[in-house]
Amino acid sequence: MRFVFAFVAFLACGLAAQDLPPATQHPVDFKSDVEPIFKTRCQPCHGAKLQSSGLRLDVGEFALKGGYGGAPIKPGDSAASALIQRVAGMKGVPPMPPAGPRLSLDQVGVLRAWIDQGAKWPAGSAPVAAAERPKSNHWAFQPIRNPTVPTVTNTAWVKNDIDRFVLARLEKDSIAVSPEADRITLLRRLSFDLIGLPPTPAETDKFLNDKQSGAYERQVERLLSSKHFAERWARHWLDLARYADSDGYEKDWFRPYAWRFRQWVINALDADMPFDQFTREQLAGDQLPGATMEQRTAAGFLRMTLFNREGGIDNEQFRFESTLDRAATVGSVWMGLTVACAQCHDHKFDPTSQKDFYAMYGFFDNIEEITIPSPMPGELGPYLAKRTEYQSKRELLLKEYNVAELQADWEKNILYTIKHLGERTDWDLAWDCVLKLTEDGDGGKIVQLPPAQRTPWESEVLTTHFLRNYHFAVGSKKWKELKLDQLDTKLKKLKGDYPQLTQALSTEESRQPRQGHVRVRGNYKDFGIEVNPDVPAFLPALGKQKATRADLANWLTSKENPLTARVVVNRYWAELFGTGLVKTVDDFGLRGDAPSHPELLDYLASRYQSDWSLKNILREIVLSATYRQSSKTRTDLESVDPQNRLLARQSRLRLPAEAVRDAALTASGLLNPTIGGPSVRPLMPNGVLELGYGDRKNAWPLSDGPDRYRRGLYITFLRTTPYPQLMNFDAPKGVSSACSRERSNTSLQALNLLNDPVFFEAAQALAFRTLSEGPADFPGKLGYAFRQALNRLPSDSETQLFANYFAKQKALLDKEPTASLKKIAPWEVPSAEPLDRATWTLIASAILNLDEFITRE
Amino acid sequence: MTFQQFQAIQTRRRFFQSTAAGLGTIALANLLEAEGRTPIANPLAPKKPHFPAKAKRVVFLFMEGAPSQMDLFDPKPELQKWHGKPLPPSMTKDLKLAFIKPTASVLGSPFQFSPQGKCGMELSELLPHIGSTADDLCLIRSMHSEAFNHHPGQLFLFSGHMIGGRPSMGAWVNYGLGSESQNLPGFVVLASGAGTSAGSDNYTNGFLPSTYAGTVFRNSGDPILYLSNPDGVSNDSQRARLDLIRDVNQERYVSTGDQEIASRMHSYELAYRMQMNAPELLDFSKEKPETIESYGINRKESKQFGTNCLLARRLLERGVRFVLLTQGSWDHHSAINKGIRTATSICDQPTAALIKDLKQRGMLEDTLLVWGGEFGRTPMSEIRRPEEADNAGRDHHPDGYSIFMTGAGVKGGQVIGKTDPLGLSILEDKVSVYDLQATMLHLLGMDHTRLTYRHMGRDFRLTDVHGELVKKILS
Repeated sequence: MRFVFAFVAFLACGLAAQDLPPATQHPVDFKSDVEPIFKTRCQPCHGAKLQSSGLRLDVGEFALKGGYGGAPIKPGDSAASALIQRVAGMKGVPPMPPAGPRLSLDQVGVLRAWIDQGAKWPAGSAPVAAAERPKSNHWAFQPIRNPTVPTVTNTAWVKNDIDRFVLARLEKDSIAVSPEADRITLLRRLSFDLIGLPPTPAETDKFLNDKQSGAYERQVERLLSSKHFAERWARHWLDLARYADSDGYEKDWFRPYAWRFRQWVINALDADMPFDQFTREQLAGDQLPGATMEQRTAAGFLRMTLFNREGGIDNEQFRFESTLDRAATVGSVWMGLTVACAQCHDHKFDPTSQKDFYAMYGFFDNIEEITIPSPMPGELGPYLAKRTEYQSKRELLLKEYNVAELQADWEKNILYTIKHLGERTDWDLAWDCVLKLTEDGDGGKIVQLPPAQRTPWESEVLTTHFLRNYHFAVGSKKWKELKLDQLDTKLKKLKGDYPQLTQALSTEESRQPRQGHVRVRGNYKDFGIEVNPDVPAFLPALGKQKATRADLANWLTSKENPLTARVVVNRYWAELFGTGLVKTVDDFGLRGDAPSHPELLDYLASRYQSDWSLKNILREIVLSATYRQSSKTRTDLESVDPQNRLLARQSRLRLPAEAVRDAALTASGLLNPTIGGPSVRPLMPNGVLELGYGDRKNAWPLSDGPDRYRRGLYITFLRTTPYPQLMNFDAPKGVSSACSRERSNTSLQALNLLNDPVFFEAAQALAFRTLSEGPADFPGKLGYAFRQALNRLPSDSETQLFANYFAKQKALLDKEPTASLKKIAPWEVPSAEPLDRATWTLIASAILNLDEFITRE
Repeated sequence: MTFQQFQAIQTRRRFFQSTAAGLGTIALANLLEAEGRTPIANPLAPKKPHFPAKAKRVVFLFMEGAPSQMDLFDPKPELQKWHGKPLPPSMTKDLKLAFIKPTASVLGSPFQFSPQGKCGMELSELLPHIGSTADDLCLIRSMHSEAFNHHPGQLFLFSGHMIGGRPSMGAWVNYGLGSESQNLPGFVVLASGAGTSAGSDNYTNGFLPSTYAGTVFRNSGDPILYLSNPDGVSNDSQRARLDLIRDVNQERYVSTGDQEIASRMHSYELAYRMQMNAPELLDFSKEKPETIESYGINRKESKQFGTNCLLARRLLERGVRFVLLTQGSWDHHSAINKGIRTATSICDQPTAALIKDLKQRGMLEDTLLVWGGEFGRTPMSEIRRPEEADNAGRDHHPDGYSIFMTGAGVKGGQVIGKTDPLGLSILEDKVSVYDLQATMLHLLGMDHTRLTYRHMGRDFRLTDVHGELVKKILS
C-alpha cells in the first residue's frame, strides 16, 4: 500500500499552493505598492482602453467582479486567487503577463499580501469610465451608403452603372477596357455562370442568328428563367451550408434525407425567394409563427453540421462543437467574419470579443435536433391510403417475434442503467448505443418517454433501434436465437413495399433552455460569466432582451447591418469574375483585403438590399459591359494589373467540379436533366469506400439507369469517402462552410478526364452521335463534335492537327485486335467500321480533355 | 502581324523544338522565361526548407485504432499485483474514459518484456523483429493526445485539430517542401487492413489546393485512381491522344495567353509519366528473394502490410516526399490477448524489414520513420461479454502512450519519457501530439510556427498555436 500513497501524493503535486512565492510579510499600500504593478504590467490589456477576456484592472469595482472567467481576486485568500496563480506561473494555467519578463517573486509577494490583507481598493484611485459600446473605424463596419455614380469619358462603352464605377477607376490610370468577347464565348460564359451547363448547338445558333438589338439580353432572360438556374446557384449555397449526405465522423452514416434540404434550396432559388426571407427561414424556420413544413425543412441549414456516433464520446463535447459551428457559419456566410477565432480568446485582429462570440453562440445553444415528415408533392395520398394496411402487417410481424415483451424488458433495463451507470458494462454499452445509434431519431429522448406519449414515428424508430442493437445488451448469440436479425430484414422489406413519407432534418428549441456562458479558453466544460444571445457589440445593436434566432436573422438583413449585403454580393461577384471586389471573400475583418472598388461594392449592396433578389442582382452584373469583356490576357496589363483587380478584362476560370461532369454529360448527350430528388450514386471505382471505417460494402448501390447520368450536384457526398472526381476538382469537403473554391490544376485531374470510365463513356457517346448524326466528311464530323463540346467550329490549324491525328491514330488502332476496338467503341453504327468508331471515340475523348472544354472563358 | 502574334509563333516554335527530342518532359518554366513571361510556379516544385534539414522525406506507419503500450512498449509489472482488482478512486478520479468506468479492474499484461540491443530498451516478446532494431529507435513512452476517440484522435494527430477541415501533415509537408519526384505524387497513402475511422481526413489537403492531397495507392484495381488507360487503349494510342491534346491546348495558350493552359499541359505530362512509371514501381521482380522474404511478403498474415512497406521504400527511393501507411485495426476493446497477437504478427516483421532495408541502403540517414497510433490504451480491462473466456480488452487512453521514431536526425537507442508504475499518467517528459508534429517539421528543416497558410482570414499552422520542439529526440 505504501506505493499507492506515494503515487497519489505525486498526482497531487505541481498544483499545490505551497509552490507559490510567499506573501510579503509587511502591510502593503495599494497606491504605492500594488497599483504600479497593475499599471505597467496588466492595464495595457486589462485597462480602460482594452479589456482582454472582459477583465479590467484599473477600477476596483470591475477588477473584483472579474472578466469572462469570473472573479480573479478572492479577498483574503491569495492562494486561491486566479490572478496570483496566473502571475506566479502555476502549472496548468497559462502564465500572465503573456509577454515580457515574468513578475518578480517580490512583486508576486506584494500582490499576495495585498489580497491576503483584504484586497482593499481605495475609491477614486482611477477615473471610472462608463463601459461604452466599442467602436471601430474599419471600413466594413461603417453603414452601407448608396454612392453617387461617377462620370466617365468613354460613355459609349457603358451599359449600366456598374461600368461607370469600373471605368472611372480604369480611366484614372488611362487603362483601356477589353473588347466584348465573341458571341460564342459570351454565351458559354453566361450559360455556365447562370445555369452551370454549356449551351447546346441549337441555343448557340439562335444567339448567333439573332441580329435584332437586345439579343444578349434575351439570352440573359432565357437563362435566368431556366429551371436549371436554381441548381447552379443552389450548389453555391450548399458550399456555404456545408451540405453532405453523411454524418462526417467515423462510421459516417448515410443521411437518407439530407437531400430534402437541398430540395428546399432549389425550390427557394427557383422562386427567387428574397434573401431576407431565405435567411430567416434557414436560421429560424421552426421559430416563425405558424411555421410551415417547408419552413421547418429550411431550418435543415442548421442540421448540416457533423455528427459523431463513435462509442464512448462525450455527447456534450460534440453538441458544443455543432453549436460552435453554427455560430461560426453565420459569422462566415452572412458577416464575412472569422468570429470562431474568438472561441478561446478575444479576436486577435477584429473587435470580436470572446463574449461577443458566446453571445452569438447563445442563439444556437438551445437547438434540439429533430426529424420531421416533409413529404414531397404527391406522396401523402398514397401513404395515407396504405398506412393502416402497413401498420397492421407490421404489428403482426412484431407479435410473431414477441417484440413487445422483449422490448419492454430491454427498456426497463435501459432505464435502470441510466440511473446506475458503471454497474454493468454490457448494459452501459447498450445505453451508449441508444444515444449514438438510433437511426432517424433521438433514442435517448424517446426511451425515456412513457410509451403512450410517443408518436407513432418515435415508436417505430425506437423499435427499429431495439431490433438492430439488442445484441449489445444480450450478446449476438441470444440475439440470433431470437431471430431479431431476420425480423429486421422482414420489416425493412415491408417498409419498402409500402409508400413512405420523405423526412427532413430540422430543429426545435429545447423546452429546458440552457443559460449561456463564456467558455474559458474555449473549453466546453469551463464555464465563465453568464452571457445571453446577442450580436457583436461593435455592430449596430439588436435591441432585444430575449433575442431569438428569428431576431438574429432579421438583424442580419436589416438595412442598418453593414456586412450582410456587402458580403453576399461580393461572393456573387467572385462567382462571375473569379475574384471578389474584396479579394478575401471570407474575411471582411481587419486582416481582410480592402475592396478594389469600394463604391461599386456599396452600390451593389444597396441595390441588393432594395429587393434582396438574386436574379435581379445577377442580371445587373451580367448585363454590364464589364462582365461582357474578353478574357484574353493583355501584355499591357501584365505590369500594371497582373491580378486583374481593375477589371480591364474578364477572367478564364476552370469550371467547378460538378460543371466539369455536367459539361461532359451535356456534350455527349448523356445528361439526365431531371431536377431535384434524392442523391444518386453514379459509377465509382471499387475500393474508394473501403478506405473509410467499418463495413462499407453496401454503401454505394449503383444508380444504374437514368440516374447514372444526373448532374454532379446530386452525387451522394459521403464525408469520409467522398466521390473522387469531386475531390480532384476542388469541391469542398462539406465539413465547414466554404466561401470560395480553389481552382487547382493537377495531374490527377488529367488522369480523371483521360481514363475515368464516366468520362470515357461520355467520349463514346459523343463519338456515337458524331457518327450517327454528323455529316459524312471528316471536317463535317469534326465540326459536329466540336460544336457539341465547345460550341464552335475548329480553326483550320486545329482541323489540320485533328486530321493528322486521325490518320496516325487509325494506323495505330489498325494494329490492334478487334476485341480492343470493341472495348473502345462498344456500340454500333451501321455506317462506320469498328476501326473508325474506335478512332472517333479517341478523338471525342481528346476534345473532352481540352483545357478549353473545362474552362469558362 | 501584331507583336503578340509574332511572339506567339516564336513561342510555339520553341515549344515544339523542346519537345521534339523526347515526349516526356516539357521545360515549361524555361519556355515561359524565354518568352519573357513570369512562369506560373509549379506548386509542387521543390522548395528550400527554413533551415538545413536532416530529413528529406517521411514514412509514417500509422497503427490505426491505438496499440496497447503496456503490452508492447512500456512494461508495467506492477499491474500484475493489481490484476483483477479495481484501483482506488483517488487514483482514477480524474480519468476520462470512452467505454469503461474508472472502477474497472486492472488487466496485467500476459506478455514478457526483455532488454533489446546494446541500449537495453525493454520491449515486448510480441515485437522480436522491431526489438532487433532497438539501437536505432527513439522510443517515446510519454505521448499525450487531447482526444480519446478515434476520429477526433486521428484528426488531431494528422491535422493538429480534433474537428475536420484542416490540412493533414503530409499535405503541409508537400506544401512546405514541394516534391522531388518528376513521375510520382509528392504524398502517397498506402492502406492495409481495415479502413480507418477518419478515412480521407488522414490525408486530406483540407483548405490547401488539392495539389497537396495524399494520393492513395490502392491494393486492387488501378494502383492510382484512373491510372490505367481506358479499356482497349494501348500506350501508343494514349501517347498519340496526349500529343493531340497538348498541340490543341498549345494553340489555345497562344491565342488566350492564359498561363493556366501551360500549367495544364504540364499536369498532363506528369499524368502520363505517372502512368508509364507505375508498372516499374510496382514490379517487385528485380527485388532479391531475400528482400521479399524479409518483408514478410511470403507470409499470409503480413503479405499486405509487408507489400506496402516494400512499396514505401520504393516510393521513397523515387523521391516521394511523404508516405503514409495505414494499418487497421488495433482497437482491442475485447479479447486483446488474441487481437494483439494478430496485429503484431502482421506488423512486426515488415516494420523491422523496412527500417533495416532503409539503413542498409543509406536512406535512413535522410528518411524519417514514425510508427504509432492516435492514442494508447488503459491499464484497466474492458469486459464486454463477461460470460466469454478471455474476453478482456482495453479501453482508449490518451495519456502516456508510446510511439517510436527512427532515421534522419533522430537519436537512436534511447527511451524518452516515463509513465507511472500503472501506466495511468506521465511522470516525465510529456510529449504532446503538437510537440511531435513540431519536431517532425523541425527534422524536415521547417519551423512549425512559420509554416502557415492564410484561410478564412487566419494564418493556420499544423500545430495550431501550440507545439514545442522535443530536443531530446534529436541526434
